[in-house]
Amino acid sequence: MREVAIIGVGMTRFGELWDQGIRDMFAEAALKAMADANVDKIDSLYVGCMSSGLYTYQEHIASVMTDYMGQRGIPAARVESACASGSVAIRSAFMEVASGMSDIVMAGGVEKMWDIEDGTFVLATASDQEYEAYTGVTFPGLYAMMARAYMHQYGLTREELAQVPIKNHKHSVHNPNAQYPFEMDMKTVLTSSMVADPLRLMDCSPITDGAAAVILCPMEMAKQFVKNPVKIKAIGAATGPIALHDHKDLTRLDAVRLAGERAYKMAGLKPSDISFAEVHDCFSIAEIIVAEELGFFDYGKGGKAIANGEATYGGKIVINSSGGLKAKGHPVGATGVAQVIEAVEQLRGTAGKRQVENAKYGMTQNMGGSGGSSVVHILEAQ
Amino acid sequence: MAISPRYSREIPHRYRLEATKFKSGKVYLPTRYICPETGDREFEKITLNGTGTILSYTIIHIASDAYAKQTPFAIAIVETDEGARLTTQVVDCKEDELKIGSRVELIFRKVMEEGDAGIINYGYKAILI
Repeated sequence: MREVAIIGVGMTRFGELWDQGIRDMFAEAALKAMADANVDKIDSLYVGCMSSGLYTYQEHIASVMTDYMGQRGIPAARVESACASGSVAIRSAFMEVASGMSDIVMAGGVEKMWDIEDGTFVLATASDQEYEAYTGVTFPGLYAMMARAYMHQYGLTREELAQVPIKNHKHSVHNPNAQYPFEMDMKTVLTSSMVADPLRLMDCSPITDGAAAVILCPMEMAKQFVKNPVKIKAIGAATGPIALHDHKDLTRLDAVRLAGERAYKMAGLKPSDISFAEVHDCFSIAEIIVAEELGFFDYGKGGKAIANGEATYGGKIVINSSGGLKAKGHPVGATGVAQVIEAVEQLRGTAGKRQVENAKYGMTQNMGGSGGSSVVHILEAQ
Repeated sequence: MAISPRYSREIPHRYRLEATKFKSGKVYLPTRYICPETGDREFEKITLNGTGTILSYTIIHIASDAYAKQTPFAIAIVETDEGARLTTQVVDCKEDELKIGSRVELIFRKVMEEGDAGIINYGYKAILI
């Protein structure tokens, strides 16, 4: 297998992009990534997207995107794994480059979420449609049941849970692409409207429009294009039960643990080698459980550790320097790619006021549904 | 809007609680053909007796459009006495009566309707016992 580098990144601002359709957003991100990589032609494209059909009535977006980014003729495919679609696009592109089949491959992600009203319905299609969504449960509802089980089992308090969005909003202040780049205090979290008890609005990642793209090539070719390539050291992917009720323990996410174990094994690294991680904080409780599954904190200790400052600058590991899904925004298909872009900026040393000092290895963790799928990347500075 | 086979094929599970019991003793709702944990392919069809215990629960305040008229409503993950796991609404109770560990019974109820002219759908919901 060939070693693989990321040589270019590009993304739109995340937010309510009323003036841009799904093709405009993706073309912007793709052309920025190509300019960043100093390439004007790519060999192949993977685009991650959860539900362009339900959100915009447009399927077949691999063709749309190659057409509108000036790359007609190349092979392209859309990949889907709910909110982990973007990471699956990167994994697909990685395999195509590593295998020697292609040299310059783009992995992108896009979601246009503000064009319809019933977004709650669309997101719930990532759960078990016949045996979860049919009861009326929503995605916040599923994570609320994880939160309640975790609080019951480990004694996590409502105030400690609120420290996750408070931390991530604090990080987002210095991210120019973030949807909500402002600080938030405890009172705001605890008095925001109830969505699914015990989760309130400020525990939940927002509805976001956005696109992101990265360009991969063989490590041995990377310096021909750019001075600052970042190596994809390892990728781990896994699936879990589609329905939350089939998780043996409602406070665990087995797919995340498996994906993490595979990535650590492929990289020959352990959790303490990782300087920073972008993780899938779709809901406040998710960041806590994910941080435990990735080995950063012991089971049951993650919530208190994050509340005590162990997941911010000066702590054990910086988690979600970008602001995370909560403050940066969560255009579901683009999220996994945007996480990798944050890792690339950190490892290039170009993250500005968000910079994590002396970072050699960074991790991203992206997740579909209530743990039905997860992908973990480990990136290495060169 | 869906056509009726989408719902009628689920009637054995949703109306009658017909489940799959593998030789290993694992029980699942709805039908499975291979046990996801043991790989066992030998099973029998059983009918759940309808009683179980709440493992976790939430109160939904913001729902998708089809369920918006019902808010707020309670949802729980229940483990039945046979060991099957399912997600269900919990009805006819006050919020502060719900606890992890509460005992429930599954009953037959209307679940939702597809707009003003669509199919009316039924299934199980839970009540506290």
